[in-house]
Amino acid sequence: MTNSTTASQAQETYNYTVVRQFAIMTVVWGIVGMLVGVIIAAQMAFPELNFGPYFHFGRLRPLHTNAVIFAFGGSALFATSYYVVQRTTQARLAFEGLAKFTFWGWQAVIVLAAITLPMGLTTSKEYAELEWPIDILIALVWLSYLAVFLGTIRKRKMPHIYVGNWFYLAFIVTVAILHVVNSAAIPVSLTKSYSMYAGTMDAMVQWWYGHNAVGFFLTAGFLGMMYYYVPKQAERPVYSYRLSIVHFWALIAIYMWAGGHHLHYSALPDWAQNLGMVMSLILLAPSWGGMINGMMTMSGAWHKLRTDPILRFLVVSLSFYGMATFEGPMMSIKTVNALSHNTDWTIGHVHSGALGWVAMISIGAIYHTIPRLYGQTLMYSTSLINAHFWLATIGTVLYIAAMWVNGIAQGLMWRAVNTDGTLMYSFVQGVEVSWPGYVVRMIGGAVFLAGMFLMAYNVWMTIRNENKERVSSPATQAA
Amino acid sequence: MSSFWNFYIFALTLACLGGIVALIILTRRMPDPGGADAETTGHSFDGIEEYNNPMPKWWLNMFWLTIIFGLGYMIAMPVGNWPGVLGWTSVGELTEDQIEHDRKYGEIYERLASIPVEDLPDNRQAMRIGQRLFEDNCALCHGQAGTGSYGFPNLTDDDWLYGGSGETIKTTLLSGRRGQMPAWGDALGDQGIRAVTEYVMDLSGQDDVDQALASRGEALYNASCAACHGQDGTGNQALGAPNLTDDTWLYRIPGETLRQSVETTLENGRAGNMPAWEGILGEERVHILSGYVYSLSN
Ligand code: HEC
Ligand code: HEC
Ligand code: HEM
Ligand code: HEM
Repeated sequence: MTNSTTASQAQETYNYTVVRQFAIMTVVWGIVGMLVGVIIAAQMAFPELNFGPYFHFGRLRPLHTNAVIFAFGGSALFATSYYVVQRTTQARLAFEGLAKFTFWGWQAVIVLAAITLPMGLTTSKEYAELEWPIDILIALVWLSYLAVFLGTIRKRKMPHIYVGNWFYLAFIVTVAILHVVNSAAIPVSLTKSYSMYAGTMDAMVQWWYGHNAVGFFLTAGFLGMMYYYVPKQAERPVYSYRLSIVHFWALIAIYMWAGGHHLHYSALPDWAQNLGMVMSLILLAPSWGGMINGMMTMSGAWHKLRTDPILRFLVVSLSFYGMATFEGPMMSIKTVNALSHNTDWTIGHVHSGALGWVAMISIGAIYHTIPRLYGQTLMYSTSLINAHFWLATIGTVLYIAAMWVNGIAQGLMWRAVNTDGTLMYSFVQGVEVSWPGYVVRMIGGAVFLAGMFLMAYNVWMTIRNENKERVSSPATQAA
Repeated sequence: MSSFWNFYIFALTLACLGGIVALIILTRRMPDPGGADAETTGHSFDGIEEYNNPMPKWWLNMFWLTIIFGLGYMIAMPVGNWPGVLGWTSVGELTEDQIEHDRKYGEIYERLASIPVEDLPDNRQAMRIGQRLFEDNCALCHGQAGTGSYGFPNLTDDDWLYGGSGETIKTTLLSGRRGQMPAWGDALGDQGIRAVTEYVMDLSGQDDVDQALASRGEALYNASCAACHGQDGTGNQALGAPNLTDDTWLYRIPGETLRQSVETTLENGRAGNMPAWEGILGEERVHILSGYVYSLSN
């Protein structure tokens, strides 16, 4: 009973309702988004699985990216940021009505995405496919998010702002700017609009957005998460305050410039490509700053890895983060990009960041948070977390290893030239060689997804325990 | 680029890099707490404390190295209006590659260009090159073996829209082709379309033809179609109007009957588009490809 009493005390101090809602939806959207991922992976291996217009790869692919990034990743960021900002400022959420709106508004955005994308309604800008009415809703939700977060920080009980909150705040502010600038469009009907920008400028604005979506949505936000959950779960102080200052400012300053690396060898002026490459290389150290600070925080707590699978999720996610942010600068070098661009190597890089870093750290954070939200000390089953950890790790490794092999094979085959100057391989030969990799990727994805089902069960049982306890002591029932 | 934008780019780039360099230097000077288990900064957030360990040396060195490399690269290569000391441009690199390519392979293509298209099939090297060019550029529409599909003509049979002589094929490839079959839905109405369709069925010798309907269609055919497809229906290669008296169909819609397919063609018209290749592949390669296409049916 003591547990649920502390939880209900916390519930009075903090607003956990919206955290609970987002935490649960993280698991739900994780399953949905990754299921669509497995489906499109299967469609690439077995094209017969493309049925009709609504279930076609071309329409499900943006559904996958939106569901995993914005629904799954977004819910994880909302849940953890609302939880972390309250606990590290010792203040209850500001503007609770707005916080409630962010939850329902965000869910509405996701549902609208899930309806319009299969219908083929799209702006055709990657990661910004949703049409203008949905974009307006996103902007409203996001500004509310900013108000709630800033308002809570203002209410803090101490002079300093915790480093985790710097990262969350940078993520919220920047995503607001990125979204508004890149989605600027002239509507011609309720479901159709034209971008404000034309030609190469449109491409550059799009990848300024696209790369910073990676840098702020998929990196800065999750670094905020890392800065709370790693020291908390390891029960160790953060390694270096000054390292966090340097890598924070360097990261947000440099990311802004690197988008040009998505447009190497395109119509973008040479100098903008060069600047994109240079800044991407300089980005290596600031990116690794976060990994180092997380890893070194573990010193003195490494032995805990043997018994704590949540900590394992967090530490392995940092390793994948380090790997993806080493690989990224390498792929930005123009001569390397000439090999990697448009191949499965990019897809492997994406998912070492997406599965290895974003998904793993979110999963670890949610496992840490759920019991605390529901008045428990532990999740229902630690061995299920452990099983999930292995499924996630094996799934990720299968996925990215298959894509590396495919990507390098494709890159080399496309550029191989015969003694008469003709290409050695036709395009389909490259596709034939890639087939085994597509099957392995599909299996890896299915393994990862299986882990998500274990998580759903584990979360469900943990929450049920709370409900049982509530029934036995109605006095502790929280608002 | 105007000098304003040039200045803007340099100011922002250098301010960003300068700011980071300053930040590294400033934080490096922060007082060193000393020792691994030193004091924390004194902050505590939900129980989380912070050490203030120095930044790892190897990490700082890596940081400096990338910044120095970046500055060096920007001196060597173009940024804004600055052309870079190496004078590199992507257009220049492409031109060099093309010159190098011509130097290496030019002789082969020059030699093959002097052989008439219809003699190329006897040249094994030409056929090897032709096949690769075909698989890389043509197979997506005409199929790996050139047998075509719905809307894309079969290149291995003896039935030609525009003609199968070596020179005609080459003309087709060099400048492309665009079939222009008008839409008849409005002019003929449903009744008319059904009647002419029946006559087309009859022309091509199908066996389930409704003769009464077909003969009504014949009059319409003579008035509206004969100009392009010919009185006898054997087509006109100058226009790319197909021969309607055989049983080869360009627009046989998968999963529908022939009659439905022809009705759709008549109702809406057709505009098959064969791209022009001269600008993409150059005359010499098109020459070899023409020989390869010729070999598919000869
Ligand atoms: C984008 C699809 C496409 C590509 C690629 C393409 N073709 Fe065609 N081709 C067509 C279509 C459609 C036609 C029929 C044009 C018409 O309907 O009048 C055609 C017609 C032809 C013809 C005339 C056939 C006849 O019966 O007279 C030849 C020869 C030909 N293509 C060869 C090639 C070669 C060789 C290449 C590769 C360099 C190629 N095509 C690439 C679509 C394509
Ligand atoms: C202006 C010239 C022109 C006229 C008039 C014309 N056609 Fe055509 N027709 C063409 C051309 C050119 C094509 C090939 C279209 C393509 O390649 O896309 C064609 C294609 C067709 C086809 C498709 C053949 C296939 O292989 O699938 C049919 C059937 C046909 N025409 C019937 C008719 C009938 C019936 C009429 C009269 C009602 C008619 N055409 C009038 C030029 C004409
Ligand atoms: C079960 C797990 C997953 C599977 C099986 C999967 C599968 C796929 C497939 C097949 C593609 C298309 C690749 C192509 O077009 O060649 C794709 C693209 C993508 N996925 Fe996933 N995915 C999974 C999880 C995730 C997660 C968790 C994220 C993000 C957090 C993510 C982010 C993306 C992105 C951003 C792309 C677009 C990449 C690009 O355009 O370069 N995926 N995924
Ligand atoms: C220092 C950090 C990084 C750099 C410099 C970097 C660089 C790159 C480069 C060069 C590409 C390939 C562009 C192309 O050839 O088309 C790319 C693609 C991509 N990266 Fe990274 N990357 C970094 C970190 C990350 C991280 C941590 C993630 C994810 C969490 C990520 C997600 C993506 C995605 C989604 C794409 C695919 C974009 C698309 O084409 O749709 N990157 N990145």
